[in-house]
Amino acid sequence: MRQIEIAIVGGGPAGLAAALNASKLGAQVILIDRNDYLGGQLIKQTHRFFGSKQQRASERGIDIALELANEVMANEKIEVLTEATALGHYEDGVLLVEQAGKIMAIKPERFIVATGGAEKTLLFPNNDLPGVYGAGAVQTLVNVFGVKPGKRVLMVGAGNIGVIVSYQLLQAGVEVAAIIEGAPRIGAYWVHAAKVVRAGVPIYTRHTILRAEGEGEVKRAVIAQLDDNWQPIPGSEKEIEADVICLSVGLTPLTELLWQAGCQMIFVPELGGNVPLRNEQLETSVAGLYVAGDVSGIEEASAAMMEGALAGINAAASLGYTSDTLADDRQNVLDQLAGLRSGPVGEKIRKGLAQCSL
Amino acid sequence: MCQEKDKNLTILCRCEDITLDEIREYINQGITDLEQLKRLLRVGMGPCQGRTCTPLLVNEIARATGRPVKDIPLTVFRQPTTAVKLGVLAGGINHE
Repeated sequence: MRQIEIAIVGGGPAGLAAALNASKLGAQVILIDRNDYLGGQLIKQTHRFFGSKQQRASERGIDIALELANEVMANEKIEVLTEATALGHYEDGVLLVEQAGKIMAIKPERFIVATGGAEKTLLFPNNDLPGVYGAGAVQTLVNVFGVKPGKRVLMVGAGNIGVIVSYQLLQAGVEVAAIIEGAPRIGAYWVHAAKVVRAGVPIYTRHTILRAEGEGEVKRAVIAQLDDNWQPIPGSEKEIEADVICLSVGLTPLTELLWQAGCQMIFVPELGGNVPLRNEQLETSVAGLYVAGDVSGIEEASAAMMEGALAGINAAASLGYTSDTLADDRQNVLDQLAGLRSGPVGEKIRKGLAQCSL
Repeated sequence: MCQEKDKNLTILCRCEDITLDEIREYINQGITDLEQLKRLLRVGMGPCQGRTCTPLLVNEIARATGRPVKDIPLTVFRQPTTAVKLGVLAGGINHE
């Protein structure tokens, strides 16, 4: 049995920030990620971030990922296990991990779960035709592997991911036929939405996809306008020629380790699904088990990094590690998080978080 | 070749190839418990372990029963979280 002070599952923005902040206070950390690289979803994010300088505004996700990953790899207090999958959390607080065909048992004194989220999908006829993708897959193909998913895309969902991926498709030379959105409003930041609209891509709000059509692959999509009760309006159907239908309809937290650990969970639609109850330290109802990033509620990468920092600081501090600036550092992160979640943009998150505090 | 009846299918669980119509048929027969649907249809038991279909399935049950989504019980999240080769498990745990 491997003993360690802090085990972190997930090497995305939250997990990386947690590892760096916990080790900075002196804690010994194991960071576990199932991929062969660190950075999580950041590595697909070729656009510049918003926010303040402290929140790495105007930097690109892919550069942030590289910088954090290098810092983690060079840190002697952090042991990195990549291509390592957390198979389960057990009653005695043991974490089982598979790496390179071997299974190891790890017993951490503190455990930080930063497993992120999974994409949601939609139900419509022919949703299994080749050419129907999740936005995450399209972003991986285009931004990581440099492969076009097709020639002409219908994007379903005008949230940040749908609109940003649309823009990145345009940059890659792929045509975007339209973006459709069920809600009456565009969810994405206006600066991104304005960019795609300027490029000539129509955004249809209050529209949904009725079905995909094509023999053996997507040839077109049929869309329709929605009424106030989200029902398709007869006669409003429109055919959109496209060989790719890209679904960007939200994410849901990846919480299985939390359920296994016995964390108290609650369904909060504003946060994407079932999330753990947590206190202001980001500790769950299971003592010593902390959460950070999308697993505790779908938000975005800047907030995930802040939560990671907070969970890392708190987990290390609970082990007795301290520094002259501990209280200030913690307060600084809390202030930044509050800033990110302020204003109308953060309203949904604030409403969600209000339902899951311990 | 694809049969005419197999056209225009709406797939709810893509790992186990289960359609929305099949799910609704079972729900209409009164089977509105996720656990039972799973045992009868293998829905959510494929490689993704329900990560994709469970939210869709819960929505269907909620709609059919008129219960809020938060009140639909989920199934137990057992270890292992993902597929693991039997040979790996048989190799035992490295306790160092």
